[in-house]
Amino acid sequence: MSVSQMQGMVIENVQKNSGWYEMEISIPSFAPCARPGQFVHIKTGAGSDPLLRRPFSICDFDKDAGRLFLMYKLVGSGTKWLSSVASGSYIDIVGPLGKGFTCPDPGARVILVGGGIGIAPLLYLARRLTERNCRLRIFYGVEEYHQLSALNKFERLGVNIDVATHDGSAGFKGLVTDLFEQKIVSEKADVIYTCGPEIMMAKVAAVAAQYQIPGELSLEEYMACGVGACLGCARKLKAEDDNFVKICKDGPVFSFSQMKFDLN
Amino acid sequence: MNTGQKNSPEQYISDTVDLSVDLGGLRLKNPVTAASGTFGYGREYEPFADISRLGAVIVKGTTLKPTPGNPAPRIYETASGMLNSIGLENPGIEVFLDIHLPYLLERGVQVIANIAGNTFEDNETLGAMIRRQSGVAAIELNISCPNVEKGGMHFGTDPDMVFQVVNAVKKVTDLPVIPKLSPNVSDITIIAQAAQAGGADALSMINTLMGMAIDVKKRKPVLGNIFGGLSGPAIKPVALRMIYQVHKEIDIPILGGGGIMNVTDVLEFIMAGSSAVSIGTANFVQPGISVQLINELADYMVANNVAKISDLVGAAVYK
Ligand SMILES: Cc1cc2nc3c(=O)[nH]c(=O)nc-3n(C[C@H](O)[C@H](O)[C@H](O)COP(=O)(O)OP(=O)(O)OC[C@H]3O[C@@H](n4cnc5c(N)ncnc54)[C@H](O)[C@@H]3O)c2cc1C
Ligand SMILES: Cc1cc2nc3c(=O)[nH]c(=O)nc-3n(C[C@H](O)[C@H](O)[C@H](O)COP(=O)(O)O)c2cc1C
Ligand code: FES
Repeated sequence: MSVSQMQGMVIENVQKNSGWYEMEISIPSFAPCARPGQFVHIKTGAGSDPLLRRPFSICDFDKDAGRLFLMYKLVGSGTKWLSSVASGSYIDIVGPLGKGFTCPDPGARVILVGGGIGIAPLLYLARRLTERNCRLRIFYGVEEYHQLSALNKFERLGVNIDVATHDGSAGFKGLVTDLFEQKIVSEKADVIYTCGPEIMMAKVAAVAAQYQIPGELSLEEYMACGVGACLGCARKLKAEDDNFVKICKDGPVFSFSQMKFDLN
Repeated sequence: MNTGQKNSPEQYISDTVDLSVDLGGLRLKNPVTAASGTFGYGREYEPFADISRLGAVIVKGTTLKPTPGNPAPRIYETASGMLNSIGLENPGIEVFLDIHLPYLLERGVQVIANIAGNTFEDNETLGAMIRRQSGVAAIELNISCPNVEKGGMHFGTDPDMVFQVVNAVKKVTDLPVIPKLSPNVSDITIIAQAAQAGGADALSMINTLMGMAIDVKKRKPVLGNIFGGLSGPAIKPVALRMIYQVHKEIDIPILGGGGIMNVTDVLEFIMAGSSAVSIGTANFVQPGISVQLINELADYMVANNVAKISDLVGAAVYK
């Protein structure tokens, strides 16, 4: 795996709906072996405030064209800066970092469950899985209808995506985890991958455990170095664990069986 | 990237200007070191820089036994800085000596070990385990950490304790001992003098400044450990002031750091009295910065007719 620091040229940086952006970056030297679930660390702003890099999942990557895609949500100063970057400007990127999702056997039956901006890494994953002739089912939960802009990217891959919205304005009315729980019996999945709010991933993992289906999820933690040096992004996967994993290096992807959620 | 040109920039630099410095008997080929806890055990930064070019790599603080560290969240960004409460997570001295040290030595890296005993005896034992024979070049003694026997009071806040712990480690090792001073004291010069009297070969300063942040939504402190150490550009003026003060009062060399981000910062630290500098938080922002600063320092010297970097040490200090 060849991690490096590079300048990428922003091709397009557009607001898709309130507070959601998509960015396309030309970055020919980006490691062709980059895996779904890995992330990039971006310097937001030229000065010392914001100081630290910001982590973003590889949302999609076209190694032949050298194009990297990000999908991001406005949160604070770093993402605000990112949203202001004009096409043609360069941004400073370190990556690919972390461990991505493991690849299932070709032809495997796979369920993806995404929530909100957590859909980002699942697009690249879906692309890779379709290349492996996996049978994909995707469940995607959003708060508001207008966050569905991500959908057409999946549709272009030719995969089915079932949506759950809180207000019922599209698809299933309610939580994506309820939709997932209803469908899991008939789907007979071999493996499940999920990314989104932790409470959602905890529920997905719990349902998967009930049906004894293995799976993986992607965690977030504040990061400084992103490369495993500062030990800042530490967390315990199970409360009783003695050791802390480092989200940036040991993760961000972990298997359901490594985790025990404590949601109180 | 550093592919295949390992020696050429170094060769060029050594032919043109003299970057070497003396740090209390420890010879550094250039004054740029990587600060403890910000550079892991070096290997994490190999994709970004030829780490063997550094004056030294100061590795993560080592305790006697493995230490799991503090609860999450451990880091938080603040204005032009960051708070950390890592809690000295490390695998213990044996893993350092058996695994991490040989890896760095094989790559030609000059290694400064950083020790952080929880007790007086732990520091003695650690000091005795790290000798010249092990391949380590010097010991940085972190006295900014709590002394468990003294109810968690930091070694570095009491001049008597500083004198004793420095003296004890000096007695058991044949390596240069560089106490790393805590800035969380009212008069740093008293601590510096105690360390010098205890036999310190050089002083490292400054460690992080104690701080905190509040999560307004949750109405509680952000860090799992409540308090954390502030580092980064925000602390640079404090670090410079302390180094300036200490340089005036003591005779041993200073390894200075705190918020260094660029070559002008390096020069400020040298002119304030640092013989060498440590690069910490900047590594997180620009992973290749430490080696880049060596080149930029050499460029500065060429452009400004400075033959020896050591001539600039303390240049701005009125004695
Ligand atoms: C592995 C990983 C992948 C991610 N992928 C995406 C993605 O594809 N799209 C997306 O929109 N967001 C993603 N995030 C979250 C994203 O990193 C944060 O939203 C972003 O750092 C916020 O920065 P800010 O300056 O705008 O916010 P601020 O709140 O001002 O940031 C302050 C500090 O907190 C950190 N921080 C704040 N929120 C988070 C968070 N959720 N996770 C980690 N650090 C945080 C920032 O990095 C910064 O150091 C990912 C996080 C991780 C760890
Ligand atoms: C994440 C992190 C971990 C650190 N760990 C240690 C440590 O183990 N031992 C130590 O003596 N100093 C430690 N430090 C302090 C640094 O070595 C340095 O003295 C301090 O951060 C100030 O320099 P800077 O502003 O350039 O980072 C740590 C700093 C950070 C940010
Ligand atoms: S962010 Fe530094 S170890 Fe993960």
